[in-house]
Amino acid sequence: MERSEAELIAAVLAGDAASFEPLVAKYSPRVFATARRYARRESEIEDICQEVWLKAFDKLKSFRGEAPFEHWLMRMAVRTCYDFLRGHQRNRVSSFSEISEPEEDWLERFVAEPGNAAEDADAAKMLIDRVLEKLSPEARLIIQLLEIEDRSVKEIAVITGWSVPLVKVRAFRARGEMKKILARITKEKYL
Amino acid sequence: MNLPELQKKLIAAARLQPPDDRVPYAFEKRIMAQLAARSATDHWVFWARGLWRAAAACVAVAVVFGAVSLLKPAAPDNSNDLSQDFENTLLASADLPDNSSPP
Repeated sequence: MERSEAELIAAVLAGDAASFEPLVAKYSPRVFATARRYARRESEIEDICQEVWLKAFDKLKSFRGEAPFEHWLMRMAVRTCYDFLRGHQRNRVSSFSEISEPEEDWLERFVAEPGNAAEDADAAKMLIDRVLEKLSPEARLIIQLLEIEDRSVKEIAVITGWSVPLVKVRAFRARGEMKKILARITKEKYL
Repeated sequence: MNLPELQKKLIAAARLQPPDDRVPYAFEKRIMAQLAARSATDHWVFWARGLWRAAAACVAVAVVFGAVSLLKPAAPDNSNDLSQDFENTLLASADLPDNSSPP
């Protein structure tokens, strides 16, 4: 008979580490999906997920069962991704001259007629990935959670551990930062 | 260029990207192996931690005693007296008046 999540967690806390495996198997797809939103290379993604699970094992005592285990785990995953972003800040001031031809074409279509540039085009996806990579870790996290995942400010505050006013301030700054990056792309290409 | 519109389009493009939730083969086995390896080294960590704590306590005691010996007012210098006493003791027999010689 399959054991419930609460039973598995209780068993792990009682010293039966093997009971942790079903939890890893069940929630790894969600952890990987979260990690892939913040990191590109598979090796980095695996490192993040590994860290999330090791942290989850170490801090399982702090899980009080008030909220679903999944929420607790996702909070840990997002915080680990944020730590990863802070630790791997790439050169975000680099030029955009390296944007690919399809991206350029998509931008040209957008400039000519915004309605004709489809959001589901691969070039648009590549471009937004590029823009997100140029953002600061705080801005990227906020844009990802607030704009892309459509989470509320309160939810973000719970996930990140930041206060609600801080989330609002950072969201304002993040939108500004994104606008600046977009302005730079268009300035380099179309001025 | 309509930047807010471009921003909206790109955000919409990002929303359309389904997050890839593929998990590498036997990932959970790897995690379990790591946890097992960690618990094996935990015994060494336990001893290492204990020994480091003991070392820290020893250093603290040494520092306290060092400080006490440095800050304690120096005792009056009795080295001369001691040497004098030593000399007197040593030469006491020689200093005795020679009463054994024949009159």
